[in-house]
Amino acid sequence: MKCRKCGEPAVLELRRHNAAFCAPDFLEFFRNQVREAIRKHRMFTRDEAVLVAVSGGKDSLALWDVLIDEGYQTTGLYLDLGIFEYSVESKAKCEKFAAARGVPLIVSAVRDEVGAPVPVIKEVTRRPPCSGCGLSKRYLMNRVALEQGMPVVATGHNLDDEAATLFGSVMHWQTEALPRQSPALPSTHPKLVRRVKPLYRLSERETAAFAFLRKIDYIVEECPFATGATSITHKEILSRMEDASPGAKHNFLFGFLDRARPAFERAESVTLNECARCGQVTTGTICAFCKLADQVKRRQGDEHAHHRA
Amino acid sequence: MKVILRNPRREVDVAGNRRVKDILRELDIIPETVLVICGDDLVTADQVVREGDTIELRPVMSGGGSFPR
Repeated sequence: MKCRKCGEPAVLELRRHNAAFCAPDFLEFFRNQVREAIRKHRMFTRDEAVLVAVSGGKDSLALWDVLIDEGYQTTGLYLDLGIFEYSVESKAKCEKFAAARGVPLIVSAVRDEVGAPVPVIKEVTRRPPCSGCGLSKRYLMNRVALEQGMPVVATGHNLDDEAATLFGSVMHWQTEALPRQSPALPSTHPKLVRRVKPLYRLSERETAAFAFLRKIDYIVEECPFATGATSITHKEILSRMEDASPGAKHNFLFGFLDRARPAFERAESVTLNECARCGQVTTGTICAFCKLADQVKRRQGDEHAHHRA
Repeated sequence: MKVILRNPRREVDVAGNRRVKDILRELDIIPETVLVICGDDLVTADQVVREGDTIELRPVMSGGGSFPR
């Protein structure tokens, strides 16, 4: 197999593009896709400070790598979820990455902010672990960006992540979730920063290949709680469709973004308030994060009383 | 040749010189769900892996393994 650009031996075939690339030309293809995403959705400029949410996995570290090389002002944010050895290892990967490139990394622990790590939150709420984890991550990313005076948070969501989320929303016709699915969510309140996904044009396999070819040391064994998660099942279904029909995921996501998403945007917008407890944005009186922290505190209080009795 | 699989990590032996696409088919793995790594290089589906080589089939999905067909 030959590289489409230079004719040298290829290292990666991209069936959905009906192309194969050598390593240097693939890296350039990848960076061009990120540049196009940033340009098309006006995600951020070189004058803005960008908070890059990093997990130690291939996607977020590949994203950070590209943004650093492109000359953006980036700071990493690692959220320590307290998920056993997985969190210990993934934090070490992020710290090593940041130190090697001389870029700042902020570490925030869910244990300190919510009162308990993700495995305990899972027990307290009796809900899937991804539920409390996702809620905590979204809240903390926004709050840290605000505290640091950064107008935008970038995450490593890729094409497969976005297609799987869309698939899940469509399967349940979550029409309120559909307009919120976008590569770039604007700030709709002074206390909400922009959220952008510069890798949305790139598949999971492409980000993995980029990370490998750039010799990025990332955590391959990912979160132990991901096993059995619905999003993984959706990814599996979409991968089978992609195998049978290359480009299926791309067409599903991009067709939605270009043609279907506008139809789900409502004329009326929800009212945003500031949480009476923490001051962050919520549609109610007390935000979901503070309610979660209360729930954890109550449970721990109960257990404390139980032990004393 | 030795084939390393992940999540969970395990090794299987495949006999003879084989094309990558044939190895994937034999192991019942969707090509799009893995990177095929030989030493410091990525290899494409049409390449032949020799008897004494070791390759790694690294899942590309966050949190998951390689998918069977």
